Amino acid sequence: MAQAKRPVSPHLQVYRWSVTMASSILHRASGVVLGVGTIALAWWLIAAATSDEAYQLVQACLGSVVGRLVMLGFVWSLVYHMMNGVRHLVWDMGYGFELKTAQFSGWLVFIASFLSTAAIAVTMLVMRGSL
Amino acid sequence: MRTPISKVRGQGSAKNGTHHFWVQRVTAVALIPLCMWFLCALMFHMGNDRAEVLAWLSQPLVAILFILLIMSGLYHLKLGLQVVIEDYVNGEGCKLFSQLAVTLGCSVIAVASLFAVLKIAL
Repeated sequence: MAQAKRPVSPHLQVYRWSVTMASSILHRASGVVLGVGTIALAWWLIAAATSDEAYQLVQACLGSVVGRLVMLGFVWSLVYHMMNGVRHLVWDMGYGFELKTAQFSGWLVFIASFLSTAAIAVTMLVMRGSL
Repeated sequence: MRTPISKVRGQGSAKNGTHHFWVQRVTAVALIPLCMWFLCALMFHMGNDRAEVLAWLSQPLVAILFILLIMSGLYHLKLGLQVVIEDYVNGEGCKLFSQLAVTLGCSVIAVASLFAVLKIAL
């Protein structure tokens, strides 16, 4: 069936950037990143169920410098997506739609996600001596 | 003139009404406590040796929480990625292929993770 050439999203380049727009994009991006994270979690679980060798391979990858940075990225994505998800649930109940409120909650979630990720990293450093 | 009720009756062309929207919210609410637990658990158990991880995962409560996390998480992921594809992937063939890949991929990840948890716990 022939379809009319209608304009399609995304139109990231035609709008002036705003907090609410950035938080919307970050919510989706962090969700996609977490999708990759589920593969890492599945790999870790399967390796643990399989053998010492398989588990050591996962540990070597996730425990490397790059692996630790990626894990930190997963943690930030999870924290951000969860906090911004609560913001979405509050919107679903009909609250917080005023422009000033939405902008404030956008910044609040953004800053809180970095502070929480840092707190998790510091806790692990203090508790276990490494990330 | 269409009243709001006449638009809602029949649940639209997909005949699913608000099911997608609603299940995404239900899984989201379930995932809040589950992910908080998961983040705390990661801090204690990430990078530990295999024997410790196996002993930890063998506890019924831990296994149950993992199963709930995997089921609600992968369902939530499938619903979320579906919307991303609907919005951003152009071309019917490409769209159909991506949706199939997401549905099947999420199912594989879920089943593989669940099997691993059950194998360790049982």
